[in-house]
Amino acid sequence: MTIALETIGLNKQFGGLAVTQNLSLQIAAGARHALIGPNGAGKTTVINLLTGVLKPNSGCIRLEGNDITDLPVHRRVLQGLSRTFQINQLYPDLTPLETVGLAVSERLGHGGDWWRRMGTRGDVNDEIAENLARFHLLDVMNERTATLPYGKQRLLEIAVAIATKPRVLLLDEPAAGVPESERHDILAAVAALPREVTVLLIEHDMDLVFIFADRISVLVSGALLVEGSPDEVARDPRVKAVYLGEGADA
Amino acid sequence: MASMPDMSEHATRAARWRPAEIVFWLALLACGFLFPSRYLIMTEILRLGLFALSLDLILGYAGIVSLGHAAFFGVGAYSAGLIALHGFIPEPVLALIAAGLIAAVLGFFTSFLVIRGVDLTRLMVTLGIALLLEALAEKFSDITGGTDGLQGIVIQPIFGLFAFDIFGKVGFFYNLAVLFVLFLLARCIVHSPFGLSLRAIRNNPLRASAIGIPVNRRLIAIYTLAAFYAGVAGAVFTQTTALASLDVFSFERSADLMLVLVLGGTGYLYGGLIGAVVFKVLQDVFSSITPQYWMFWIGLVFVVVVMIGRERLHRWVMWLPHRVVQQFGRKASAAVSGGDAS
Repeated sequence: MTIALETIGLNKQFGGLAVTQNLSLQIAAGARHALIGPNGAGKTTVINLLTGVLKPNSGCIRLEGNDITDLPVHRRVLQGLSRTFQINQLYPDLTPLETVGLAVSERLGHGGDWWRRMGTRGDVNDEIAENLARFHLLDVMNERTATLPYGKQRLLEIAVAIATKPRVLLLDEPAAGVPESERHDILAAVAALPREVTVLLIEHDMDLVFIFADRISVLVSGALLVEGSPDEVARDPRVKAVYLGEGADA
Repeated sequence: MASMPDMSEHATRAARWRPAEIVFWLALLACGFLFPSRYLIMTEILRLGLFALSLDLILGYAGIVSLGHAAFFGVGAYSAGLIALHGFIPEPVLALIAAGLIAAVLGFFTSFLVIRGVDLTRLMVTLGIALLLEALAEKFSDITGGTDGLQGIVIQPIFGLFAFDIFGKVGFFYNLAVLFVLFLLARCIVHSPFGLSLRAIRNNPLRASAIGIPVNRRLIAIYTLAAFYAGVAGAVFTQTTALASLDVFSFERSADLMLVLVLGGTGYLYGGLIGAVVFKVLQDVFSSITPQYWMFWIGLVFVVVVMIGRERLHRWVMWLPHRVVQQFGRKASAAVSGGDAS
C-alpha cells in the first residue's frame, strides 16, 4: 500500500488549548477515507494544518513521501493537494468559466502571464470546457458566481478543486447546506471523482460517510480515537459513546 | 461532449473592445482639436486620469486601499525634475520611463509593508510612507529645493522634435499619448490570467491561494506596477508644468485621488478617467460660481456620492452617462444588477 498523505505526531495549540494532539494519520493512495468526529473535535483545524493555512507546533505532514510541512498554501496545491470548503469560498464577481480558468492556468504555469488574454491558450480552454461539462456548469459559465443557485455554487466548489488536478483531495462537508432537491447532483459528483484521486472526506452526515468511505478515522478532542473500516467503526463501543453520549448535549 | 461550445469565444468576450470605448478615446482626441483654449485643464484631467488608473490597478483589481498614492506620484515628479535639471537623460520619453522605474523600485520595497495586514493597516502604512517622503523632500533641500521646489527645470523637445509650447498643446497630446499607451498595457494586463488572478485575490484571498495562486507575489507585482504608473503620472506633471514642489507628496493629492476613483467607479479601468473628468469639471464649475466656497460643494457632492452609492446615483441622477459607462464593461453592468438585487 502506498501512502498518499500522512501526518506524523501532529500537534497544534491555540494558547493553552491543544486542538490537535499527536495526530498520526495515513491515507492510502486511491482511498476514500473519511474523517469524522463530534462538533469541536478539531476537524477543521486538521484541514487547515494539512492545507497550510495553519502551521503545526510540532510534527510533520508528508504528501506522497515529500515533507510539505513548511510549504505555503499555494505550493501544496501545485504539488497535488487540493480542498473544497464547507462554506463556499468562491469569487462572487467572477464567472465559473473564469474561476475554473484560473485554476487550470495556475496549474499549467500560465497564471502569471500578463501579456496574453485569458482564453487564448487552447490547452487551457480544452480543460476548462471538459471540467465545466463534467460538473454541469456549461449553461451558467458566463454568469457571475454570486447569482448562481446554491447547488451550482456547491458544484463549482468541487469543480474548481478538481481543476487543480489534485492527487489528494480534501472534501470538507461537500453536501453541507444543499437542499434535498439538489443533493443528488452533489453526491453524484463526489461519487464520480476519478479513482486515482485520493479523497479525504470530512463529514458530519453519517449516511454520506457510510455510502462513500472505505476507511474511517474518528477524531475526538483533537486526537485519533478509532480508525478502521466502516463496519469496525460502526460497531466500536467508544464511537457509539462519543456520538450518543456527547452528541446529546452538543 | 459533442456540442462543446467555443471556449476561446466565451473566455475572451470580456476583453473585446466595445464601440463605446472607441468613441471615448476618439472623443478625448477630438477635444485636443476642439478646445485649443482649454489645454491646461484638459491636460490636468488626463494626468489625474492616469494617476487614478494607477490606483484602480491596486484598489479596483487587487483590493489594496491606499491613502498615500502621492508617494509614487511625488517620487516620479521629483525624479523627472532632477533628471531634467541635471541633464541626465535629455529626451523626455526616456526620462519619463526612468522616473516611472524609480517610483516602481520604491513601490517594490514598500509593497512588503502593504500586502500584509487589513485595510486599516494599509491605509495607515501608505499614508505614513507619503508623509515620510514629504518630510524627507523638505529636509534634503539641497537636492530638492526644499519648500521652494525644483527651480529652473527645462524640458527638451520630445524625441528632439516636439518642443513643449506655451499654450500646452504639445503637453496635452503628450499626456494623451502616454495615457493611451499605459491604458492599453493596463487593459492587456487586467484581461490576462495575471489580471484575473488579482480579481480572484480581491474576491477571496483564501480561495485564491487554495487554487495555487501565489497571493503575495501577485500583490507585490501589481503594487510595483501601480507605483510605476503613478510615477509616470508624476513625471508628466513635472514635464508639462516644469514644476516639482513638496505638494506632489501632499495628503490632499492622495485623498483627492481616492475621491476621483470612487466617483468614477473601480475595477473597470475607465472609472479613474471618467472620475477625473467629473472631478475637474465640478471643481471648475463650483470655483467659478463660488470662488471661496467651492470646496464646500465638492465636499457635499462626495458625501452624497458615498452615502447614496455610486451605482444608485448613476441610475437616478446620471441615468444617461451610466448607460454609457455600462457599455465599457461587464463590471459596470454587474454593479447595476447587484444594486437591483439589494
